[in-house]
Amino acid sequence: MPATVSGMTAVHDTTTGEPLHDVRLRVNDVWQEARVPARRLLSDFLRHDLRLTGTHVGCEHGVCGACTVLLDGAPVRSCLLLAVTVSGQSVTTVEGLGSPEAMHPVQQAFRECHGLQCGFCTPGFLTTAAAYLAQHPSPTEAEAREAISGNLCRCTGYQNIVRSVLRAAEIARERTPSASDR
Amino acid sequence: MTSRLFGEPVQRVEDAQLVTGRGHYLDDLGHDALAAAFVRSPHAHARVLDIDVTAALDVEGLVAIYTYDDLAASPRGTVAEALPLLIPHPALHAPRTGYALAREEVNHVGEAVVMVVASDRYVAEDAAERIVVTYGVLPPVVGIEAARSAERRTHDDVPDNVAAHLLQEVGDVQAAFAGSPRTLELDLAIQRSASMPLEGKGVYARWDAEDGSMRVYSSTQTSTSVRAAVAAKLDLPLNKVDCIAPMVGGGFGVKIVHPWPEEVLVPWAARELGREVKWVEDRREHFVSSAHERGQLHTIKVGFDDDGRLLALDVRFWHDNGAYTPYGIIVPIITSTQLLGPYKPGAYRVEFWSLYTNTVIVTPYRGAGRPQGCFAMERVMDAIADALGLDRAEVRERNFITPEEMPYDHHMTFQDGRPLIYDSGDFPATLAKLRTLIGWDDTLAQVASWRAAGRRVGVGLACYVEGTGVGPYEGAHVVVETSGKVKVATGLTTQGQGHFTSFAQIAADELGVALEDVEVVTGDTRRFGYAVGTFASRAAVMSGNAIAFAARSVREKALRIAGDALEADPGDLEIVDGVVRVKGSPAASIPLATVAVLSNPLRYAFDEASKAATQFAVGDTSGPPVREDDEPGLEGTDYYSPVGATFANGMHAVVVETDPETAEIKVLRYCVVHDCGPLINPLIVEGQVHGGVAQGVGGALYERMEYDENGQLLNASFMDFLMPYASEIPHIEIDHLETRSPLNPLGIKGAGEAGVIPSAAVFASAIEDAEGFVITAMPISPSELFDLRRRHAAGEVPSLRREDRRTEEMR
Amino acid sequence: MGKRDFPTRMRQDHRVKPSPFGYAAPATVEEALAVLAQVGDDAKVLAGGQSLLPILNMRLAAPAHLVDVNRLRELAYVRAEEGGVRVGALARHVDVERSVPAYDALPLLRQALQLVAHPVIRNRGTTVGSLAHADPSGEMTAVLALTGGSVVAARRGSTRTVAAADFFLGPLESALEPGELAVSAFFPSFPARTGTTFLEVARRHGDYAVCGLAAAVTLAADGTVTAARASYISVGGTPVVIDFTELLAGSAPDESGWHAAGELARQQVEPEADIHASADYRRHLVGVLTRRALGEAAGRAA
Repeated sequence: MPATVSGMTAVHDTTTGEPLHDVRLRVNDVWQEARVPARRLLSDFLRHDLRLTGTHVGCEHGVCGACTVLLDGAPVRSCLLLAVTVSGQSVTTVEGLGSPEAMHPVQQAFRECHGLQCGFCTPGFLTTAAAYLAQHPSPTEAEAREAISGNLCRCTGYQNIVRSVLRAAEIARERTPSASDR
Repeated sequence: MTSRLFGEPVQRVEDAQLVTGRGHYLDDLGHDALAAAFVRSPHAHARVLDIDVTAALDVEGLVAIYTYDDLAASPRGTVAEALPLLIPHPALHAPRTGYALAREEVNHVGEAVVMVVASDRYVAEDAAERIVVTYGVLPPVVGIEAARSAERRTHDDVPDNVAAHLLQEVGDVQAAFAGSPRTLELDLAIQRSASMPLEGKGVYARWDAEDGSMRVYSSTQTSTSVRAAVAAKLDLPLNKVDCIAPMVGGGFGVKIVHPWPEEVLVPWAARELGREVKWVEDRREHFVSSAHERGQLHTIKVGFDDDGRLLALDVRFWHDNGAYTPYGIIVPIITSTQLLGPYKPGAYRVEFWSLYTNTVIVTPYRGAGRPQGCFAMERVMDAIADALGLDRAEVRERNFITPEEMPYDHHMTFQDGRPLIYDSGDFPATLAKLRTLIGWDDTLAQVASWRAAGRRVGVGLACYVEGTGVGPYEGAHVVVETSGKVKVATGLTTQGQGHFTSFAQIAADELGVALEDVEVVTGDTRRFGYAVGTFASRAAVMSGNAIAFAARSVREKALRIAGDALEADPGDLEIVDGVVRVKGSPAASIPLATVAVLSNPLRYAFDEASKAATQFAVGDTSGPPVREDDEPGLEGTDYYSPVGATFANGMHAVVVETDPETAEIKVLRYCVVHDCGPLINPLIVEGQVHGGVAQGVGGALYERMEYDENGQLLNASFMDFLMPYASEIPHIEIDHLETRSPLNPLGIKGAGEAGVIPSAAVFASAIEDAEGFVITAMPISPSELFDLRRRHAAGEVPSLRREDRRTEEMR
Repeated sequence: MGKRDFPTRMRQDHRVKPSPFGYAAPATVEEALAVLAQVGDDAKVLAGGQSLLPILNMRLAAPAHLVDVNRLRELAYVRAEEGGVRVGALARHVDVERSVPAYDALPLLRQALQLVAHPVIRNRGTTVGSLAHADPSGEMTAVLALTGGSVVAARRGSTRTVAAADFFLGPLESALEPGELAVSAFFPSFPARTGTTFLEVARRHGDYAVCGLAAAVTLAADGTVTAARASYISVGGTPVVIDFTELLAGSAPDESGWHAAGELARQQVEPEADIHASADYRRHLVGVLTRRALGEAAGRAA
């Protein structure tokens, strides 16, 4: 567990002279490491240091939700976290949910239901919905709407996003037939 | 024949990438580029007296600081000159545009004054923060009343603050009023909102000093025009500049403006420094240095008969254009023409003044002046219905242009400089569909019973016509590669409208190939250099038809080559699933991939398939390998350029309930009937409607730009600029009418903006109905509704006449 | 350049990346207090950071030092104790919201927390941190004030307990001093037969309230009111507590009483206008919401 204490860090950025901290994160099941200033936001760390650009930033003050990632499984705003704060923890980004060849149910559902248009806010909706469905596998329409009500989308009017969340629950059930279905 | 894709709700081909984090937006590129940040004016109106960069110079990681003086000293190009006036108009008698970096004066909070380039954005902001700009503060002009009073000036040399003044009159309005048995007057106001895409603007420039070429990536709605502007500003040959719009995170109008200061400065700095430079607009910057829209005041006089038929309409309005007019007066021109909606106005006179204020510039935001016009006209319709005690739908219907009157010439000039002629539409049918969808009579009865039980519920209705698909043109290039894959390129750009899918549907249908064999590229000048851009609900109409034309020429050539190979008449051939075959005898066939090989006579084989086209393989030696009237390759380029816009229309109805105590406004139902002609992809069109309605709900009930008297924008964040979340947006019920446009072969009309147009109007109509008093200003918040209730109770706000009638009935 | 007639400098406020700061992530409370003592008054404590990070990102604050307490696992607790609920400085809102013992001891905690921003913010934000932030729109400030709770503030070598009434000094201003760390908050339970609720009117679901209140009504065995109090957010610089006991004690829990309480509350508050609501509207909401909240709370007290 890294316990970093300020002022004693020996390493400095060669360009800016700013003290650097080792940040070690398990991102999408792979341990990744980089040396960054303490002020590096987790969103920038993921996007620019690790080059995982699937996570987007839409406001950098914690309102829009585009930057939502899963921290130890729970959705958080990556623009409101310092990378150094969460060193040692696990992060799941949209890239970690699934790939074009093996999509997560929420990814497949958003595609099926036209749950995205420009796609910029989408990663935040996907991570939020994935975490929600993991705990609430059979939401009602009202619950699905509530579940994504902390994220802003300017394109879709949310209707197809709500539909996507419901469809994702359905896909997840289809993929793991319950005992009674056997 | 291959099953037709046009009209099918096919899933979007781009989504597999987008839902897995593999779409590349502007800030996903250029990780090693230098970062730019800007020092922006904190004052709405000021002289720039001094810029002291000393304190910033020892910021480690700083690369460069630029002010206007550096632009002026630049030996090459015209970066120091004012930004271009994009759309000149004779009525725009006092156009003013800003500079890439402020020259002597700033005219709104957020105007760029100093550019900082550093190793990363953090460091760039560190340096920017240390730059001391000394301003001589001038009194600002904020708000339309202040601009109109002209007690202060935004620009010294525009004493009345009037940038433009335009009057259009059709018929003799004075005489028509004289002959009107009834008249009404209304004063109506709409406040500012903004496009507010989730991705802000951004520019990334790569200068190649060795071959003197510039590649610019921009989150733009028009890459061809950015390319031209950059070439002009930097004094580069056009063929040495390319502009690419990568995945773009929404536009809604704001990204059609160009060149933004940063689109000039970032490439310029990249060339100056010989380094890659990138600027990514942050949200706070977007609020104060992009563009807003909607702020207008209207004074309307209407004459009508006892049946509610319009006889005379006189509209005067004042448009807040902000500090500069780079986009001309498109927005007020659209208001003045599209205000007419589906109606025959009788004699019509419209006059507007476009006014300077010390606020962010005003350029089209989805709807672009139509929401204001629709609000004005629909308030008039409701007022007439109320005055006469008539059903609101009935009054509208009586004023409709009928299908038999199409094409209908309003004898005005539209925003494209062409006559305002409605090409198509069946307004009575649209209204009938809406009445069915919502159950108009049942809903009114239901609402009446709720009201009797003490609830405050109201129904609103609003109709609109939208000129879409304006010119001048778009084009497309279609090529069948020797793999059989079809590559389509069109020059306009995509911000989430699903062009990669809908355009592929069109090309696949025309060529008889599978959807997955078609790849569409937009907004990349390397692939297609001639285009206008994506705005005014024009992409599907313009590029859709251009792609159809280009694909048809490719098809014709494919059939000709295949005809030679199969020794058949091309007229007897068809293309099914990527194979050209003789109708009725499918055994005689040749894959399109092979046709592509044969289309390009070769000396050298580069793979197995290409051997078929080499010189000893080709049998016929009677003529030249490439005929005189032919070109190698199975490809085609074509353009679509319409004589004028094609007019879509729609009608919305909403049921709202207001809390009698807290004045909170809840949407119970929202119904839409929309006619944009044949739907290429219903999934996509409905998505466009959903999104438009959501922006409309935002504009009617939540969003506004709150400037104080000093010109400070008080709500420049997502905390205080209240874009709706899912919790604020109702479920939207949609039905379609598909009236073909006679202007283009696909018969289609634009759909992008429709959803947002009637929102202010429909909510005002419904809230007024619920409350029983007149609503004249939008948006409306609970706090404002509470205030109106008090003023109504105090007799300062008039009751609806139908409320008086209701009260009488209850006695 | 010209004459400097009105030379002014204003804050540049379009920034999105924090200024540089010295950073410490102590592993124990003791170590944290030592660091806080060492770095002096130009320091901020980082817990959940859901209010602090936006301020840092926009450079509205640029502390020289940031003391990150996220490694103080010893403070990550929610405990039902004798007479109430104690919440450690590292307990996230979600931990408090979901804690069954906390809910059993003081349902108002969950009632209020469900209105704190959105779930994703509650996953990270801390309850004690929101108290220390002292935002007069923050729901938890009203809860601490209504329950008559307290905050434990530690500094190197000493610890003090600050009562709610003394803790909130003004907008974004708490009684915490440089060198101090709020290590826990204590929310006392209400007596038996007390019902509580948290009501608010917000522009959008999850926004800071235009007006809101926590209310508690205690009924006697015979069903009459023995105590009724409410604590308001967004209508003053600190949470405003109004005691209706004198007005309502001994009366039946009915609309007329709640209405009278609403009137009393309306007269007592001095709200201000902002871009979202006029002062009059806020005052009006105080009356309406008081009536509704007391009725709802009384309904839960039975």
